[in-house]
This record gives sequence, C-alpha cells and structure tokens, in this order.
Amino acid sequence: MDNEVLLKIEGLRIEGRSGDEWSEIVKGVDLTLRKGEVLGLIGESGAGKSTVGLAAMGFARDGCRISGGTIEFDGIDLRVTPEATRRDLRGKRIAYVAQSAAASFNPAHKLIDQYCEAPVMHGVMPRDQAERDAIDLYRRMQLPDPEEIGFRYPHQVSGGQLQRAMTAMAMACRPDLIIFDEPTTALDVTTQIEVLAAIRDVVRQFDTAAIYITHDLAVVAQAADRIKVLLRGEEVETAETYKMLEAPKEDYTKSLWAVRSFTREEQPPGEGTPVVSVRNVTAAYGMVNVLEDVSFDIHAGRTVAVVGESGSGKSTTARVITGLLPPKSGEVLFDGEPLPPALKGRSREQLRQCQMIYQMADTALNPKLTLRQLIGRPAQMYLGLDGTALEDRVRELLDLIELDPAVYIDRLPGELSGGQKQRIGIARALAAEPKLIICDEVTSALDQIVQEGILKLLNKLQEDFGLAYMFITHDLATVRAIADEVVVMQQGRVIEKGTKSEMFAPPHEPYTDLLLSSVPEMDPDWLTCLLEKRAAAGG
Amino acid sequence: MSFFLWVVLGLAVLFAVAAGLRAVARTTLTGSARTLANDMPLTAAFGILVILIYAFVAIATPVLAPFPEREIVGTQFEAWSAEHPLGTDRIGRDMLSRLIYGARNTVGIAFATTALAFIVGSVLGIWAALTGGWVDQILSRFVDALMAIPALIFSLLLLTIFGTSITALILVIASVDATRVYRLARAVAQGIVVMDYVEAAQLRGERSWYLIRREILPNAMAPLVAEFGLRFCFVFLAISSLSFLGLGIKPPTADWGSMVRDNATLITFGDVTPLLPAGCIALLTVAVNFVVDWQLYRASGLKE
Repeated sequence: MDNEVLLKIEGLRIEGRSGDEWSEIVKGVDLTLRKGEVLGLIGESGAGKSTVGLAAMGFARDGCRISGGTIEFDGIDLRVTPEATRRDLRGKRIAYVAQSAAASFNPAHKLIDQYCEAPVMHGVMPRDQAERDAIDLYRRMQLPDPEEIGFRYPHQVSGGQLQRAMTAMAMACRPDLIIFDEPTTALDVTTQIEVLAAIRDVVRQFDTAAIYITHDLAVVAQAADRIKVLLRGEEVETAETYKMLEAPKEDYTKSLWAVRSFTREEQPPGEGTPVVSVRNVTAAYGMVNVLEDVSFDIHAGRTVAVVGESGSGKSTTARVITGLLPPKSGEVLFDGEPLPPALKGRSREQLRQCQMIYQMADTALNPKLTLRQLIGRPAQMYLGLDGTALEDRVRELLDLIELDPAVYIDRLPGELSGGQKQRIGIARALAAEPKLIICDEVTSALDQIVQEGILKLLNKLQEDFGLAYMFITHDLATVRAIADEVVVMQQGRVIEKGTKSEMFAPPHEPYTDLLLSSVPEMDPDWLTCLLEKRAAAGG
Repeated sequence: MSFFLWVVLGLAVLFAVAAGLRAVARTTLTGSARTLANDMPLTAAFGILVILIYAFVAIATPVLAPFPEREIVGTQFEAWSAEHPLGTDRIGRDMLSRLIYGARNTVGIAFATTALAFIVGSVLGIWAALTGGWVDQILSRFVDALMAIPALIFSLLLLTIFGTSITALILVIASVDATRVYRLARAVAQGIVVMDYVEAAQLRGERSWYLIRREILPNAMAPLVAEFGLRFCFVFLAISSLSFLGLGIKPPTADWGSMVRDNATLITFGDVTPLLPAGCIALLTVAVNFVVDWQLYRASGLKE
C-alpha cells in the first residue's frame, strides 16, 4: 500500500446552532487517510459521522461551522484556502456520494448529462470523451445495458442502479478521495450486496481513497481497511478492520458488536382460532394485481414476520388487513369472523382490535399534539376514558414504554429522539388495547442499539398482554430476533411460510436462499466468499 | 416639518416599547410561548404591539372618543386646538373622534370579513383535500368559476343585488375572499392528508371534523396565518375602493377610506389632517405585514 498521506484532519471541532446558541457536535476528531485506503466511519445516529465526512471536503452544513482544527488534503489546508480552490477540488479530486441517490439526482436531466457535468466543468475532458468514459464506468459498475442506461432519467432506473450510477458519477474525474455517506442504508439486502460489491471493486481498480460512513458494522467490514468508531462527536477507537472485529477494545465498540444478540425463544405454533386469518386475498391498484392469492394466519401471542424485498407486497397486505385497500377477492377473518372489506364498513370495536405502528415515527405522529393527546386519544375514543382516568392511563402507558411520565407527558414529538418517537407509536397502538398490532418496518429507520431496545420492548409487551404481531420487515436479523413464524413474499405472492426454525434451516426456496445469504455477516471476507460462491453456482 | 419629526419620534417610541415588552416576555414566559418570544424579531414585536393598540382603541372607542361619531360639534375645517386636537372635518364633526370610531368600523368590518372568509375557506378547502373524489371536484370547480370573475366587479354585482348594509358588505367580501383561502387551504392540506398520522387517525375511525380540526388544521396553521395577514390588508383596500364607488360603508358612519376623500381639499392648504386616516391604514398594514413575514419565516422552516 502506498504510504503517502492524502487527508489529515487534526483536532477537528464543529459547532451546530440551535436558536442563538452554538454547541459542539464534533469534539476534536483526528483522522489520517493514506492514498488508496478505505476508512469506515461508524457510530449511531447523531454521532457526527456525516458532519466529519463533509468536513473532509472543507464543507459545513447550514447552521454548522468548523470552529477548530486543521483539514489538510494533499498538503492544502482546506480551512484557510480560498473558496475558489475548494470549489476546484470538489468534484474533481474529492467526490461525495449521498445516502439517497434518488434525492440527489436532478429528476429533470438524463443520467449521462449529470455525469458529464463535473468533468466538463472542471476541464478534465471534453464532452464526447466524458460520455465514452461514462459508458465504460457504467460497465465496470455492472449496470445493465451500459450503452443505453445513461440516456434514461433518474426515475426510470431502480434505486440500486441509481446508487451505482451516482458512484460512477463520483468517479468521473478519477478523484483521489470519495466520501460515501450511507450509500446502501436505504436499499434492501439483495440490492445492497450488488451496490457494495460494485463500490468495492471500482474503488480498488482506481486505487481511490474513500471514507465510508454507515451505522451497519457488517457492511463496513466488507469494504473498509480501517474502522473508526465515533460516539457523540468523539472518537472511541480506531483499528484495522481485522483487529477490530477480532478484539474490540472499548466497551462501546463491544456493545455495537453485541446488539444483534437479542433473540427470543420460538413459541410453538399457535392453536385454536387465529386472531387474524388472511384467506386467498388478491388485491389490485387499478388494473395491476399487487397481491395474488395470499393466505396466512396469526395466532394470539405469536409474531409472524412478513419478509421480502421492496415492492413484494408486504405493506399492501397490511393495507388489506386494516381495510385501507379492499381486496378484489378473498377475505380477512378476525377471530373467525369475516371483517368488512372496507374501512368504512367496520365497527369501532373491529377497528380497535387491530392497530398499526409505522416505519417513520416522524410522519406517524402529529407534530402539533402533545404526547398526552397522542396517546390519550385512542383510550378516550375506544374505551371512553375521561378526566383523571384518562390521565392515569396515559401515565401508565408511558411507564410501559419506559418513558418517565412526569418528564414527557406534555412534550411534542419534535422534542423526542427517533427511538422515543417509535416508542410513542407503540404506546398509541397499545392504548386501544388491541389483539393484533401490525408493525410496518418499525425498526428499519433506527440504528442498531435503539432497534434492540424497541424489539425488547415489543417482546415484553407481547408476553404481558398476549398480543399478536404481524411484523413487516426486510431485515432478516430482526426476523431472527423476534419471529415465531415467517412468511416470505415475492412479487405479491407468498412463496414460502413456516416456523422460524424451519425457515432458517435448509432446504429453502431459491428466493428465500438468496434473501438469507444476502444478510451481511460480521466477517471481512464474507462478501468475497459469497460472490465467489454465487459465481461458482452460476456457472 | 415638525409633524414629520413627531411621526419619527412616535415610531421610535413604539419600537422601544415593543423591544421592552419582548424582553419582559422572554424572561417571564415559560415553555413553547418562551421559545416563540425568543425567536421573535423586533419588527414582529412592533407589529404585534401596534395591532394590540388598534384592537384596544376599537374596543374602547366610546370611552376614548371625546365627541360622538356623527354629531356636528363645531364649524367646518377648524384648525387643531385644545378642544378639537385634530380639528374638525368638512361639516364640523370632531376629527379625532371620527378617527377613533373609524378604527372600530373599518378595522372591525375588515376583521370580521377576513375571519369569516378564513373559517369558511379553510374548512371547505381542507375538507375537499381530505375527502377527495366528487366533493373535491364540485367544490374546486365551483371556486374556479367564482375566481374567473374579477373580484371587484363580482362584489359590485353582489352588492347591487343584496343591497349595501354592513352585513351584506361583510358577507359579499368574505365570500369573494373565501375562494382564495379555499385554494390555499386545499393545497396545503393535500400535502398533509398523505402523512401517516392522518392515515393512523383514519384507521382509528375518526370522523372528518376531528381530522380537520385536530390533525390537519394545526399543521396548516403557519401558512394560513400568514395568508390571513395579507388578506386582511386586501380587505381593507377592497372596502376603501367600494366606499369610494359609493357601495361600501355609508356616511355618516366614520370610515378611514372615505375620510381621506372627504377632507382631501385641505391638502392643498398644506394641512396634514386628511393624511392621518391614510396613515392609520398604512401603519396597520405595515404592522400586520411584519407579523406575517415572521410567520412566513417560521413556516418556511428556514429557522436555522
């Protein structure tokens, strides 16, 4: 490996503003990156990962300012150098790949036009050469149909392809450093692998240095040479990937490693009348069938995980059960009684029995209502509680979700953290005293330590109240932790179902196998081995 | 010249009082009211203070005004004196008293009109966005049809049909303005009804009225409040122009718009008295817009 230092950050301090006050969000971080080296930057949300990543380009977000330290890129101090020099470096020698490619591409221009912008503007190469170069890079990124794909608009290609096109765009000027900010977090497991492999290959081919920001350890282990762990704007530890995986030094790092440790005993299959029984449901948006002949049961006190990649019909199934999307044929039985297909036909009692928790707690809670109103409303509506009885119930529910009622009861959702908001979602569902709770990707927007807390809470509530859970997710680690039974969906059909132990033991349906083998493992060689295995199997 | 100095001095005093009150609010208030006071700019504090003064004058009119609104108490066009601080008007009525009564009439009518337009427009707009389908189609197309007719001509037409009582005036201007509010409320609400919390409330079995009142309206409040301020000024102008055309507030009721017109001859003699009602309108418009700007700033999410 080349030993020349490319990027050297010393004592970096960054302040963020809230109201009139500035508070430090990055508190003296040092970072050295050699040419061609990939550094993984990990930590939970709010650790300052992205802020440090952007600072490596000499940039601070609106409302932030770099207040101390030096950022030296190839001998140029980015803090004191004039803006013109910084502009010249960005895109040409330092590139950035954002988390959401869909939001970062301009929807009004073709991919290749956006690709050519940086090289032409920086005068690296003329337009026609840039186009040829783009096609070459699209091929290296293993995009389908590399000759043509550049002439499509961003909405015409899938999320995984877009993320690869964005990486290709970042490579356009053959930069010395690329900053990847959670490039695979928004993708489902099977797509994540493709993007990860493509990023890794192309970075190695061009010997580019990279900072890879993520909260998923298993992902960073595949790509990074070294890993740096951040916690609340401070460095916890830095080590070679192998060393860190084998022997993490600090307690915090160990806790990051251990978060996936939560599992619960699989319950024996439920007996008697299931709480919910989905029978041969076919549903459509307009003329297009999105669900075909879906059937499964959920028993009291059991968790059924519905798994599949995005677009497989998991959430649509939930919409049919809740009555938002009346099915074209088939029916949903609740406690053996058929439910009216549409929401309007259902009685208040039927509505009470089935509650839902959403993926994005931010949009699922009305930002203008206090927790007292948010949690109190279902109890008031369904159970007729009032005055002090209602107040007591809300306090009891807040206790259940482990938030101190005295502190939180009159707060607004905006004053809570992501994990706390999700807990409020759970409390609101519980307030109706339902039999079934549909959890739609409830943990996928949260980082791993918070995820574990939510899963433990859901598990405890299930034991206490005998709730049935329908757990929609694409994260198989979550399934392993919490499910009793698993339903695998693909393209609107149930392709396999059974108990968790059956599902995680071979033989599988080919699609289930693909899903299972795509979950990243805490082993730096996992991706290499997997790709070799798949290549061998493929031919 | 000295009059001009007095105006500057008066505004400076208002700004100083506003700054003082804001400082008091910042130390005494708690919770969300305090954060509100903390990020309030001085202009907004000034605006709120002026609006409060107007509101006080409008409410306490009979106590404040030295003479009755319609009574002739002197000769015409008397100069400023101890008895008549701002002199008398064209037929000898006390200018100061009419200015104070004008606050009640003009501001009161404008406020009632705007409030009515907002209640009707925003409730219907949000309802249309929430329900969708044919309700939305019928209401929206009806509003489109109303908006296609120029507002002033349409108001003239309606006032000719229904007569020119104060009630008719309020109802007519309110219904014309409600169409604009409807458009805005519907557009804002369309962005809110797709949020998960509205879906969650629908799944809970909440009725439309609850959804409008508790789930959607609070989240649409900032742009609506901002629009309220602008509409309020437009209503002022609408009333003035209708009065000018003889279909607005009828004499002898004191109204700032017609007071300017009635006493306009005095300007040629270098007297500022006829400009005072115009100044009252201007000050209130500026004050309302200061508050509106602040609300727009808050609503745009550019606080950081």
